Amino acid sequence: MDYGVSDPAGGNRQYRAIKILLAGGFGVGKTTLVGAVSEIRPLRTEEPLTEGSLRADSTAGVEGKTTTTVAMDFGRISLRSDLVLYLFGTPGQQRFWFMWDELAIGALGAVVLADTRRLSDSFPAIDYFERRQIPFIVALNCFDGARLYDTEDVRLALDLEPDQPVVLCDARSRDSAKEVLITLVEHVLVTASEEPLSGIA
Amino acid sequence: MPSNEERWLDADAGPVVRPYALTQGRTRHTGASFDLIATVMATHTFADPGSLAPEHISVLQLARVPTTVADIASDVDLPLGVVRIILADLRELGLVVISTPVVMAERIDKYTLREVLNGLRGL
Repeated sequence: MDYGVSDPAGGNRQYRAIKILLAGGFGVGKTTLVGAVSEIRPLRTEEPLTEGSLRADSTAGVEGKTTTTVAMDFGRISLRSDLVLYLFGTPGQQRFWFMWDELAIGALGAVVLADTRRLSDSFPAIDYFERRQIPFIVALNCFDGARLYDTEDVRLALDLEPDQPVVLCDARSRDSAKEVLITLVEHVLVTASEEPLSGIA
Repeated sequence: MPSNEERWLDADAGPVVRPYALTQGRTRHTGASFDLIATVMATHTFADPGSLAPEHISVLQLARVPTTVADIASDVDLPLGVVRIILADLRELGLVVISTPVVMAERIDKYTLREVLNGLRGL
């Protein structure tokens, strides 16, 4: 059973997995967007039961009582057999924030999905990515019945830099979701060109 | 006595084997840590099936083609933490290689970004 890859190290180098984060408030349409453009895969992970002191370094033997299993999912887009995009919806609720740091390491960038009726829900995500210098774009999910805002008004309301892309989208539409991801990658390319040799954030 | 509505039955009651029983109670894995999308691949070293737990064998089989930690966890339907421990066990036995995604070490290079862009446009 060789599957055409005789050297494991070489095979691993060829297979490239790339992470994109999808953040935003609860119920803003993250899962809808992931489902529109990718194959959704369920994942079970662990959540600390208590905040604060009980972190990764807790003593051996008691962790079992400090975590509970939570369900999350991710999207998988095979661009080629050896180039795969993984979309991780970062859980919106504050209690899941411990997961963000792991998800953010090495990510290509992030999409902050926002609802114009509850713009402030996207503040924490925007703050998070700005602080860590993770490139991101803001995508406004145009819900049925929601007033269509001008993207410039939203940029002002969110206090974003002029070169920060803000786009309208329909999270249910595959083409629209695809366009959002394309906008993000284009933004990351532009950002990468501007930065000479930036240090690690 | 709780009413029927309040009782957890079948799948709702959770797994019969608690997840961490599969890892002999261990909640931390051995060796270097690895990302959710670290690539896993079997080394084609012969493993005596009798020496491995069924879950370890399932994970090993999934890794015959390059895959990721997240994909394996999804396929075997075990919590991520448990899958990480199983993977670290297999790594210790020399049965799998777990490599940090190329993109983890530094920012993703422009060449790869353009490949991603073209790939997305072609979807």
